Amino acid sequence: MNNAPQTRPVHQDESPIDLERWRQKLPRWLQRFLPSGGGSHEDHHGKGMFGMTVFLLSESLIFLSLFFAYIVLRLTTSDWLPSGVSGPEASTFVVINTIVLLSSSVVIQLAERSLSRHRLGQFRLLWSITALMGTYFLVGQGIEWSHLDFGLRTGLVGATFYILTGFHGLHVLSGVILQAIMLVRSLIPNNYSNGHFGVSATTLFWHFVDGLWVILFSLLYIW
Amino acid sequence: MTNPAIASDPDPTESTQSPRSWRDYFRFSTDHKIIGVQYILTTFIFFLIGGLMAMLIRAELVTPELNLVDRPFYNALFTLHGTVMIFLWIIPFNAGLSNYLVPLMIGAREMAFPLLNAISFWLIPPAGVLLIASFLLPNGPAQAGWWSYPPVSLQNPSGQLVWVISLILLGISSIMGAVNFVTTIVWLRAPGMTFFRMPVLVWSVLSAQLLQLVNLPSLTGALILLMFDLAFGTSIFDPAGKGDPILYQHLFWFYSHPAVYIMALPAFGIFAEVLPAFTRNPLFGYRSLAIASLGIALVSIFVWVHHMFASATPDWMRITFAITSMLVAVPTGVKAFGWTATIWRGKLHLDTPMLFAMAGAAMFIFGGITGVMLASNSFDLHVNNTYFVVGHFHYIVFNTITMAIFAAIYFWFPKITGRMYAEGWGKLHFGLTFIGANLTFFPMHPLGLQGMVRRVASYAPEYQGWNVIASLGAFLLGVSTLPFIANMVASFLAGRRAPDNPWEATGLEWTTSSPPPRENFPEIPQVIFPPYNYGNPRAYGEEPLTQSGEGGSNDE
Repeated sequence: MNNAPQTRPVHQDESPIDLERWRQKLPRWLQRFLPSGGGSHEDHHGKGMFGMTVFLLSESLIFLSLFFAYIVLRLTTSDWLPSGVSGPEASTFVVINTIVLLSSSVVIQLAERSLSRHRLGQFRLLWSITALMGTYFLVGQGIEWSHLDFGLRTGLVGATFYILTGFHGLHVLSGVILQAIMLVRSLIPNNYSNGHFGVSATTLFWHFVDGLWVILFSLLYIW
Repeated sequence: MTNPAIASDPDPTESTQSPRSWRDYFRFSTDHKIIGVQYILTTFIFFLIGGLMAMLIRAELVTPELNLVDRPFYNALFTLHGTVMIFLWIIPFNAGLSNYLVPLMIGAREMAFPLLNAISFWLIPPAGVLLIASFLLPNGPAQAGWWSYPPVSLQNPSGQLVWVISLILLGISSIMGAVNFVTTIVWLRAPGMTFFRMPVLVWSVLSAQLLQLVNLPSLTGALILLMFDLAFGTSIFDPAGKGDPILYQHLFWFYSHPAVYIMALPAFGIFAEVLPAFTRNPLFGYRSLAIASLGIALVSIFVWVHHMFASATPDWMRITFAITSMLVAVPTGVKAFGWTATIWRGKLHLDTPMLFAMAGAAMFIFGGITGVMLASNSFDLHVNNTYFVVGHFHYIVFNTITMAIFAAIYFWFPKITGRMYAEGWGKLHFGLTFIGANLTFFPMHPLGLQGMVRRVASYAPEYQGWNVIASLGAFLLGVSTLPFIANMVASFLAGRRAPDNPWEATGLEWTTSSPPPRENFPEIPQVIFPPYNYGNPRAYGEEPLTQSGEGGSNDE
C-alpha cells in the first residue's frame, strides 16, 4: 500500500473565485483548512484515504456496540412493545426514503468518477444531486419522527429507535455538510492540483453511512 | 517498503529553523515535537491533581473512623482520582510521548496529519478542566467510581453527565490520535525502515493504538447510552425501567480492560528501549518482543468478562474468560523474559532511567502474578471488590507504567530539551518513588486478603496497621515529586548541554541534534541497521556512518 501513485492528474477548470488572495489574510492555522495554490509532492491522497478507512472501521464499531445493545435489549425484554404502541413500521414513505439514500451512493460514485476524468461540470452536477438526496433523506426522517406514535421515553423500543436513527442521522448530516464543503472547494482554482482527497474521503464516508442504514433498516423495520 | 514521498523537500513555509523558545509550547502548533511536549506538560499537571486526590483519600484512611471528609466527597475523590489518572495522565501521556518519538524513531518529518494531531491535543485541556470543575456543581462531581456502573451512576445526574461529556471528548481525542499514529507508522517510515527494523516502542505504540481503534468505540457507545439515561430520561441501563445494567458492564469493560494494555504496551516499549541502552546488549529476542506486542493486544480483546465474574455471569462465560485472561500471561511472559535476558551478563550502567526501568519491569512481574491469581474464578470471587484488586492494578498502573514513564522522561530529557538532568536528584527521586510505591501498594494485598473492601471511607479497626503504612507511603510518593519537579525545571533552565547521543544509544532519534530541528532530520535517513545493534559502534555513531549500501553486511 506504500506504492500508491505519487502525483494525481492536474485538473484544469474555469473557477470564478480567487481564494488564494484572501487565504493569505487568514490566521495560519485556518489556512491549513484551505488548499494552497502551490503543490507539495507528498502522496497526500494515499495516506489520507488510509487514515479515513482506519477511522471508518473504528467508527463502525461504535455502531456495532449500539446494535449489540439493541439486539441484547430486544432479546431479553419480555414486553418489547408497550400496549398501544405499534413500533416502527416499514411504510411506503420509509421505503422510498431508504431507496433515495441508497441510490445516492451510486450517484456519488459517478460524481467521483467524473472528477477523475476531469469533467468538472458533470462532477458538480452529480455531487449536488447527492447532497440533495441526502437532504431529502434527513427531511423524510424528521417527518417520520413527527408522525410516530411513540417517543424517546416510550420504553426501550422508543429509546433505542430514536438513539439509533438519530446517531445515524447525525452521520448523514455530517456527510451532507462535507459534500457542501467539497462543492464550495471545487470552485477554487487549481483545487485539484494535489489530487482530490477530500472528494474521495467524502465518497467513502457516504458509502459507509449508506451501508449502515441497510443494517439499521433490517434491525429496526424488518425484524 | 520505502516511501519516497517523505524524502521530498519540506514545505518551504514550514522549515523555519529558528531556535525554539519556551513560549512555543504554549501556542497552537502542528509540530509533533511541540505537541508531544504539550501533552506531557498538561498530563503531568493532571497527574499532580490526581495524586493530590489520592493523598486526601489516604489521609482519610489513616484512621478507621470517618473524620476528614464527608462520604459524598470521598466518593467523588476516588471516582475522579481513577478517571484523572487513567484518562488524563497515563493514556494522554503515552500519546504525548509517542507523538514526540514515533516520527523521530521511524525517520519521518511529521505525523501523517499534523492539524488533526493538534486538535487531538487541544481537546484534552478543556475535557480535563471540565471534569475537575465538576467539583463546583451543587451536588458535586461523579461519585460512582471510575467505571460508573448504572444504576448507581444514575443517582447523581449532574456530576455524572459532566463526567460522561468529558470522557466522550477524551475519546474523540484518542480516536483521532490513533488514526494518526497508525497512518504515520504505516506510511511515513524512512527508506530502509522495514517493519522489523522498527524499535519495539513503535511496535507497542502501533499495538496500543490499534486497540484504541477496536475497543474505544464500545465505551463511546456505552457513554452515549448512559448520557441518554442521565439527561433525557430513558432507561436503557436502569432496571427500574426494564433496562439492563449488565449490558453497560459488558460495553464498558470491552474497552476498559484493553485500556490497561493501551496504557501498559508503551511502558513495555520504554523498557525495551532503556534496558539495552544501559546494558550495552542487543535486545534479546527482538522479533518475539515485537510480535508479542501485537499478541498482547489481540488476546486482550477477549478477556473483559474477568471484571464481571461476580456480576451474575453464566458459568460458561466465567470459564472461557478465565482461560483467555490467563493466556495474556504468555505474550507478557515473552516480554518479561526478553527484558531479563537482555540484562543478563550485560554491562549495567545504573543511571536514573535504568533504575526506573529495572524497578518497573521487576514490579510488573509481581503485578502480573497477582493478575493471573485474579483471573481464576474461585480466587476472584473471594477477593472481588477488595483492596487486593486495588493493590494489583496499582502495581500495574503506578509501579510499572508510571515508573516506565519516569524512565522515559529521564531517558529522552536530553533529546527533548537539549540539556542533561541532574543525576543525583534523579536517583533521589527514584529512591523515594520506589520505596513510596511499595509502601503504598504492597499493604493493599494483605488488606484485601483479610477482607477490607475498596471504596470505603471507614473500616474495621483491625485493618488500621496496614492502612497507616499505605498512607505513609502515599505521602512519601507526594514528597517524591518535589525533587523531580525541581530537577526538571532547573535542568531545563540551566542544565549541562546534552550531546546528540548522550547514552550512545541506537535508534534514529539519537542521530539528529538535541533538540531536533523543526523537520527532525537535515535529510531523511537511510536505515541500514537492524534495531538495538549494540556491539556495532557504527550503529550509535562512534565510528562514521557510511552511506547506504555499505552497511548492508551488518544487516540481520
